[in-house]
Amino acid sequence: MKASGEMLSGGEILIECMKKAGADLMFSYPGGSLTGFYDTLFDSDLRHILPRHEQGGAHAADGYARATGKVGVCMATSGPGATNLVTGIGTAYMDSVPMVIVTGQVVTNLIGGDAFQEADIVGITRPIVKHSYLVTDVKDLARTMTEAFHIAKTGRPGPVLVDIPKDVFAARTKYDGGGEVSLLGYQPNVEGHPMQVKKLLKALEGAKRPVIYIGGGLVASDGATEELIKFAESANVPVVSSFMGQGGYPADRPNWVGWLGMHGNYASNMAVMEADFIVAIGTRFTDRSTGRLDRFAAKAKLAHIDIDPASISKNVRIDIPVVGDAKNVLAMINKYMPDFKWDKNSADREGWFKQVMAWNKDKPFSYVYSDKVIKPQYVVESIYDVTGGEAVIATDVGQNQMWAAQFYKYKYPRQLISSGGMGTMGYGLPAAMGAKIGRPDKEVFCITGDGGVLMNIQELCTCVQYRVGVKVAILNNRFLGMVRQWQQLMFNKRYTDTCLECQPDFVKLAESFGCVGLRASKPSEVKDVLTESMKITDRPVVMDFVCAREENVYPMVPPGAGNDEMIIR
Amino acid sequence: MRHIISILVEDKFGVLARVAGLFSGRGYNIESLTVNVTERPEVSMMTIVTRGDEHVIEQIIKQLRKLVNVLKVRDLTSFNHIERELVLIKVFVSQKNRGDLYNIVGTFRAKVVDLTPESMVIEITGSQDKLEAFVELVRPYGIIELVRTGRLAIGRGARATSDMDKPKGPANL
Repeated sequence: MKASGEMLSGGEILIECMKKAGADLMFSYPGGSLTGFYDTLFDSDLRHILPRHEQGGAHAADGYARATGKVGVCMATSGPGATNLVTGIGTAYMDSVPMVIVTGQVVTNLIGGDAFQEADIVGITRPIVKHSYLVTDVKDLARTMTEAFHIAKTGRPGPVLVDIPKDVFAARTKYDGGGEVSLLGYQPNVEGHPMQVKKLLKALEGAKRPVIYIGGGLVASDGATEELIKFAESANVPVVSSFMGQGGYPADRPNWVGWLGMHGNYASNMAVMEADFIVAIGTRFTDRSTGRLDRFAAKAKLAHIDIDPASISKNVRIDIPVVGDAKNVLAMINKYMPDFKWDKNSADREGWFKQVMAWNKDKPFSYVYSDKVIKPQYVVESIYDVTGGEAVIATDVGQNQMWAAQFYKYKYPRQLISSGGMGTMGYGLPAAMGAKIGRPDKEVFCITGDGGVLMNIQELCTCVQYRVGVKVAILNNRFLGMVRQWQQLMFNKRYTDTCLECQPDFVKLAESFGCVGLRASKPSEVKDVLTESMKITDRPVVMDFVCAREENVYPMVPPGAGNDEMIIR
Repeated sequence: MRHIISILVEDKFGVLARVAGLFSGRGYNIESLTVNVTERPEVSMMTIVTRGDEHVIEQIIKQLRKLVNVLKVRDLTSFNHIERELVLIKVFVSQKNRGDLYNIVGTFRAKVVDLTPESMVIEITGSQDKLEAFVELVRPYGIIELVRTGRLAIGRGARATSDMDKPKGPANL
């Protein structure tokens, strides 16, 4: 690291600020406005990963951040490089992923003149960033980068974009280390108010049918899982999660019920329907989770713990708001709990717990196994078996995503990496790459479809170059499966343009990139292919699972219906 | 219901776009928006008039507070406050009706700021009701052009507008 007081170029300052913030690698694609910066990189020991498309770089930084909890950094040149990041930025924004995005910009005095490769990327991304900057003076760069990292990772995390003109990278100034962050308008409240916590516990004391409902915010709050385990198990309260909350409470522990919503399990949806008190933690109550709002948790009083006050009472009216970081508030709950002397093993509470678990036993996630044709659910189950439930799973979007959530049980936070809010196709492969780079100690699987995998297939090349040993499991049904399912159920099987009859030979495609390509066409081959893949660690393995074509994801809450109006099968 | 919201912001690059974009992106309506520097050059005050039920206004305020460059947000509607707007209005005049127009201007304590043999520019400030009444009165003379600022608002008493629930004095940043 360079000393404060040295004369540095903008590019050198950027690298120093990254190191200071603990960011030791970036996913970045060069271009005209970045040529000077790339020359600076030549002499730097900063780890640089070259994706094969800027969108891949953005998703990789996102996957890296989700898997590690650290800030992911990606970079692209001005104009098309920057606009190619947009889907990645939006994806990170919707799921509150800490990211710093650096974009090159045309030379300061050309801004506004429609110069070559000029785009107003600050304007384009304004609604999908937590904050953004245009740096027009190199003297502001160190402070700006320091603020950007601070804003990205504190409070409710999110992407922060820093747009840097070409001449600012080249200009030199005395490096001051960025100074202390002082932002008058940004002071997230992380502690939680004791009075609100006591109100919550008082309500829990009187509850007969309580449920804890966790979301992605709990997963993002490092250390919250341990506090939650203590709280839920000593208070004897069943735990459900949103899709994004999976892994926040280990699925192999006794109070786990499942995840709720459109394709969630029966017991979770029923538990929320029948509950008289819900403690929601770090969840946004999105439409996919709640179903028809006026039927959602209609019998329950609601407490909501969230670091973002705007998430509280946004979609669902909250009776007891608690603003704060999930871990801190849960620790406070655990501290005050002994003061509340309710009978957590009362007949009511015991009966409720048993009822919820009985629903789970009665109607678990299920499918009909076939020994003729590979069922996609069977592939996911087999991945679970082969990896001992320990792998990090990145998914694409649609049926593959839902099956990955239904048939893999998540045991620890940051284990499931999936675009829940934005629902971004093409996310899985680059996100898996980023996750594997961040967690080389973990087996990382990308569970994807034959549609989604093609959207960022070029990242196989990146994985080969940097020896990133991700496993890519394609649930290949030659359909855009989730849209096809909707066409079947709601549009009388009129399969307009969802049939992917024309597709590459994924095995040969993988081999042409330098990956290992494997295929399973019969159920009996699934485990063998997976076992074979586990032996390969220095390259990506692409597995083409030729699956049943018209398998549907169940249960399903039809759009606009209440969560108790599930179609079970 | 109509709400008037005061937003104290840092005078930073793009802050107006962030605030205005928040309203358009989330489907909130802006009836009027004014912005200018305050007694502190690094701080600007935006005054936005918007409409919505209690839930919508609560969300608007919470979302505004999330913006990094927003320092304070205050819904003035429930506080004792003064609202003002300024209108510049250009009307046709003739020798015959000039006196009548001067009478109206005098009654409303408005000001004539430009006069030619055939036109007059009148400046008037006041509450929305007063301005509307004035405009209706001069309309028959023939309005050539009318421009108006958005609404400004300031809380009554010795407290800063953004700190209406705090002790007296300037805004505590």
